Amino acid sequence: MSVLAAAKRLLSTVTDPEIPVVTLDDMGIIRAVTVDADTGVNVVITPTYSGCPAMTQIEDDIVAALQPLGVPVNVSTQLAPAWTTDWMGDAAKEKLRTYGIAPPSRLCGSAVAQPQVMQFIRDAAVVDAVDCPHCGSSETTEASHFGSTPCKALYKCLSCQEPFDYFKPF
Amino acid sequence: MSAHDYWLHLADNALVLGQRNAEWCGHGPILEEDIAMTNNSLDLIGQARMLYQGAAEAIGGGATEDSLAYFRDSQAFKNLTLVELPHHGPLVGYATDNRDYAVTIVRNFLYSALMALVWERLANVANQGLAAIAAKSLKETRYHLRHSHDWLVRFGDGTIESAQRAQAALDYLVPFTQEFWLLTPYEAAAIAAGDAVDVRLLKDDWTQLVSQAVDTAKLQMPAATGYVTQGKFGTHSEHLSYLLAEMQSLARAHPEGVW
Repeated sequence: MSVLAAAKRLLSTVTDPEIPVVTLDDMGIIRAVTVDADTGVNVVITPTYSGCPAMTQIEDDIVAALQPLGVPVNVSTQLAPAWTTDWMGDAAKEKLRTYGIAPPSRLCGSAVAQPQVMQFIRDAAVVDAVDCPHCGSSETTEASHFGSTPCKALYKCLSCQEPFDYFKPF
Repeated sequence: MSAHDYWLHLADNALVLGQRNAEWCGHGPILEEDIAMTNNSLDLIGQARMLYQGAAEAIGGGATEDSLAYFRDSQAFKNLTLVELPHHGPLVGYATDNRDYAVTIVRNFLYSALMALVWERLANVANQGLAAIAAKSLKETRYHLRHSHDWLVRFGDGTIESAQRAQAALDYLVPFTQEFWLLTPYEAAAIAAGDAVDVRLLKDDWTQLVSQAVDTAKLQMPAATGYVTQGKFGTHSEHLSYLLAEMQSLARAHPEGVW
């Protein structure tokens, strides 16, 4: 197996430190993997939120996961294009749901193609319709715009009365 | 004055407000807001880090994000005066008061409304580094704007007490927004280079956005008059030094310390 294939296989097992049921691949955090004869394996990642405290952990996890290859590992960060929840695949969304986190209920489009700020404010009055990940009910309500991390909002199910996290479209 | 001064202005705004809002950590009026405000700070400090990293690269000579955040004094900071004010209304001398969440919300709203417009424009500038930071920050700022807008309406259209406090916060803070529209030499230079937004061109959009929200909240939009503060020029209120003293003390007590 080539070093690149081996690196990709090892990387596919690295999970998100905050949400251990999804991999970094699932989340779209790993943007590129290349192998260079001189510098070793180069992994490009992109931060989810700019202040996400998990980024350092993610870098360390990647380096640790690639240790068996016995070559140098460089992890670099790339800001553009800005990370979006649109990169989450259906399989990842299903894993989130099973874990108890409602996945984003809509796509965002690119940051600049989003509605202008004035429109965003008007749209903001409309709360996303989110199905409860526990009982599937669509009778839910937003309790807070921010949940346990910046990427999530706190919702409450009006049917089963359970609170749950909602991964905000971003 | 250098090209990176514009980056420092943007970074200082984010860092100082991030630090100020973090004062609510563990003291939020309700648990959900404690968490929301901490997340808000996390985003702001993240934005500041990206900008300081870019500025440090431009400055060179061993400058780092940490040296810019922890080893500059208040006169070197280029943040808007609005973001350094404590979470309460005007007081005389060294008097202190309890934090008032209405001040926190109104300030976040006035600032997020500005920055949502600023980031939107900066996402299209030629400088790719700044455009990338802007595109990322825009997404976050929109959620901050949504959060503060929502609470502004709840306060204004809430109880008599909450409406009074929201109105008092507006009356106190809106005059500080006059400073938004001043043009500093470093902004003029960055605009000429095509790597900044002329903030004066955003005033109409900002005023419309804010007036609509104030109207929805059933509050009165006060006039932006009186003394025009000069924070973005480096002349600050007395509050910034205290904030920096607290924020910088650890780094200065253990210079070059790492985790």
